[in-house]
Amino acid sequence: MSEAAQETAPPPAKAPEPERESFGQAFLQGLWAANTVTVTILAVVLALVIGGILIIVSDPDVMAQYGYFTARPGDALQSSWEVVRDAYASLFKGAIVDPAAVSDWISGDGGWERVFAPISETLTYTTPLVFTGLSVALAFRGGLFNIGAQGQAIVGVILAALAGFLIPLPPVLHLIVALLAGALGGAIWGFIPGFLKARTGAHEVINTIMLNYVALYFLTWIIIQKGVQNPERTDAISKPVESSAQLPRLLGDNLRVHAGIILAVLVTWGVAWLLNRSTLGFELRAVGNNPDASRTAGISVTTTYIAVMVIAGALAGLGGANMVVGSTADALTPLVVAQIGFDGILVALLGRVKPWGVALAALLFGALRAGGNTMQSVSSISLELVTVLQALIVIFIAAPALVKAIFRLRAARAARLSTSLAKGW
Amino acid sequence: MEPGEIHALLGENGAGKSTLMNVLYGLLQPDEGEILVNDKPVQIRSPRDAINVGIGMVHQHFMLVPVFTVAENVMLGAEKVRGGIAGFLDHRRARREVEEVSTRYGLRVDPDAVVEDLPVGIQQRVEIVKALTREVDLLILDEPTAVLTPQETDELLAVMRSLKESGKSIVFITHKLGEVKAIADRITVIRRGRTVGTATPDASRDELAALMVGRSVSLTVTKVAKEPGAPVLQVEGLVVQDERGHQAVAGVDLEVRAGEVLGVAGVQGNGQTELVEAIMGLRPTLAGTVTLDGQRIDGWTTKRVLRAGVGYVPEDRSVDGLVKEFTVAENLVLDIYDQPPFGSRGVLRPDEIAKSAKERIAQFDVRTSSHESAVGTLSGGNQQKVIVAREMSRPLKLFIAAQPTRGVDVGSIEFIHSRIVHERDVNTAVLLVSSELDEVIGLADRIAVMYRGRILAIVPPDTPREEIGLLMAGVVNEQGMSEVGHE
Repeated sequence: MSEAAQETAPPPAKAPEPERESFGQAFLQGLWAANTVTVTILAVVLALVIGGILIIVSDPDVMAQYGYFTARPGDALQSSWEVVRDAYASLFKGAIVDPAAVSDWISGDGGWERVFAPISETLTYTTPLVFTGLSVALAFRGGLFNIGAQGQAIVGVILAALAGFLIPLPPVLHLIVALLAGALGGAIWGFIPGFLKARTGAHEVINTIMLNYVALYFLTWIIIQKGVQNPERTDAISKPVESSAQLPRLLGDNLRVHAGIILAVLVTWGVAWLLNRSTLGFELRAVGNNPDASRTAGISVTTTYIAVMVIAGALAGLGGANMVVGSTADALTPLVVAQIGFDGILVALLGRVKPWGVALAALLFGALRAGGNTMQSVSSISLELVTVLQALIVIFIAAPALVKAIFRLRAARAARLSTSLAKGW
Repeated sequence: MEPGEIHALLGENGAGKSTLMNVLYGLLQPDEGEILVNDKPVQIRSPRDAINVGIGMVHQHFMLVPVFTVAENVMLGAEKVRGGIAGFLDHRRARREVEEVSTRYGLRVDPDAVVEDLPVGIQQRVEIVKALTREVDLLILDEPTAVLTPQETDELLAVMRSLKESGKSIVFITHKLGEVKAIADRITVIRRGRTVGTATPDASRDELAALMVGRSVSLTVTKVAKEPGAPVLQVEGLVVQDERGHQAVAGVDLEVRAGEVLGVAGVQGNGQTELVEAIMGLRPTLAGTVTLDGQRIDGWTTKRVLRAGVGYVPEDRSVDGLVKEFTVAENLVLDIYDQPPFGSRGVLRPDEIAKSAKERIAQFDVRTSSHESAVGTLSGGNQQKVIVAREMSRPLKLFIAAQPTRGVDVGSIEFIHSRIVHERDVNTAVLLVSSELDEVIGLADRIAVMYRGRILAIVPPDTPREEIGLLMAGVVNEQGMSEVGHE
């Protein structure tokens, strides 16, 4: 019997090949290895569970009932359940659909706009995150960690806004010029760290972080300059972008969703095409995975690094432009781009740094953000809870890969001398 | 295994040698079957169990902490504490232990040296010392010579002999036939996870190779004499620096003609790497000229050199040769992805890339489940065939192969050698750099011996091995001197 078993026994599986791997590669592999759909859903559920605990703990009335938990545990559990249920119910109503609005619409008591309002809000918040998420993701595929999407978005919003109220142009053309100006601003801000990385080896993480500050303080300075500041106001706000440079709204004037989301989908498709079907994408992926082999095969690593950062910057700049030519705001303020650049990093990680994954992750973040607004106004739970939920989701998904990558890095260092010469088997 | 025996385990890449040894060392668990130590069945669930029953292992990839000293590395995992007080490491005792073991077995190591400063051969010695301080009786050496120079290999073989004399048993895993014949008492050949035969060191190399591969292979390269044509590559007075700013190439002159193989022999680290990288435009030159077909190519970008008709197999395939995450098809066009028909005006043509990949996989006998498999999942030999296939798919004037068969199984070596000879026969100039003297002697029409950044001599391939060996060690006799002068 055992002999028969031996006869049919397959050859032993290959031992894993411990080769030198860059941190980025190890991280990407860890990020892609897991079953994406299951893991993402589990991460969201886990984040919601922990968020629920936070809601309970932060509610003084409920906590008071825990004071006499041993005497009447029912009270505390009952009100805990209610506060969490109400919070998540309003999150859902604010992000996707409010069932009451649907029944009102069917019975003729309410308009269709209330039904689509949550989705409109979700898509409005999603749009800029798609751009910044793609910016970070594209750079990551090229082997660079772009922490500077925030700064690139800020420079993008500045140029887009300036083009929007300084240059008088006819409607469609004006919009195109404003968007291009935004992309150009981001591209310039991406070019600087890309060029420094290529020429001097200066680490892009440090430089992009520093340039974020430069961009932010440049923004607060330029807003209050003559010709930029709104003459009717004394606070730090610029003139409004002319309506000829505004993206059209998709569902009428009462709903905020605008054509930026269509642009975002097109750009996602474009980035996916660039990565997989263009020679530049081939170079980018080759350099991102193994710069040495790319160089040996004749690919210019330095040019590729610069190209990656310019395109990543342009994407983030487009995201920034969306903040003044869309419906979110029409003038520059110090906080006009909010956190879209930093959220872009989370969106890119959650989306497994793949273009369509990034778009879906941006949608999830947009929904959380839109629902968070409703949750804050209806259930009076701080909007910060949404930030906590977003952070928890990313921690559950990206952190295991990150931890694995860190440990792989250590192991690889110890064996570096031998691995470069050893053969695989 | 018997006490005081050196038992060689021979097999191609992926035959299951390392898997078997990982089971013995407790890193993997057997699905079936049992392990007997001194006639008693034992359960080995972890490396600790293995050490307890007297089995030690030196891995192919060293398990050392680079910033620790030798003594610290040796005591790692079995730290001694002073006076039994936790937290107080007894460095003195660790150092004494290292010294004791290294004198007893003739393994010279400095206990206070920091591991990352040591050459690879010494690092390996540290691994052996580490195993011996655990008082093991059976030592498993997994491909120990893969990373060593010929001299270091000789020293390792000497160490193995002295260990054998003191009663230790050694399992020696390798696929280098010469070493097996030099040292093993008994040879077991493994193929596809099964023992296919045992042999004694008297068996001929061809017999052993046939057992390993499962068919007869020719280890000697057959090539017909050929009159070389016009010079293709000319290098004059080339000076190149290495990363540390030393002159790695200190004035090299050489010439490769169409239809000849110029072999560059030399111990690893005598400037061969830098010479080749300078020719390829991967490393700046400080002085001298490189001409290809009468055209100066020094200062050109790598892309331009490749496009001018130069094929290049880099010496370190996993770092410089392949993008492991890319598919076989993508790796096959790594240098010509933007040239028609694979790409034009910035757009890739995946169908053309796949079509050509399938053809070349067949033509170069690359064993892969699909052209869409990641190249990192292939065995070393097949990875190397992917590189050779890529580099030979363009019209070539010059083919540069650096260590083309390092870490490659016997079957693939045979294939790669035949392709190199084929290139020569179709009038390509071939520059072969190898630290395997047998390979250089077998393939080259002329042999340039490189030592400390200079070409010491250029000799015909029928020169006695000993003479070339002496030249590789930098010893130049009268005749050699006159030849240097002659060149």
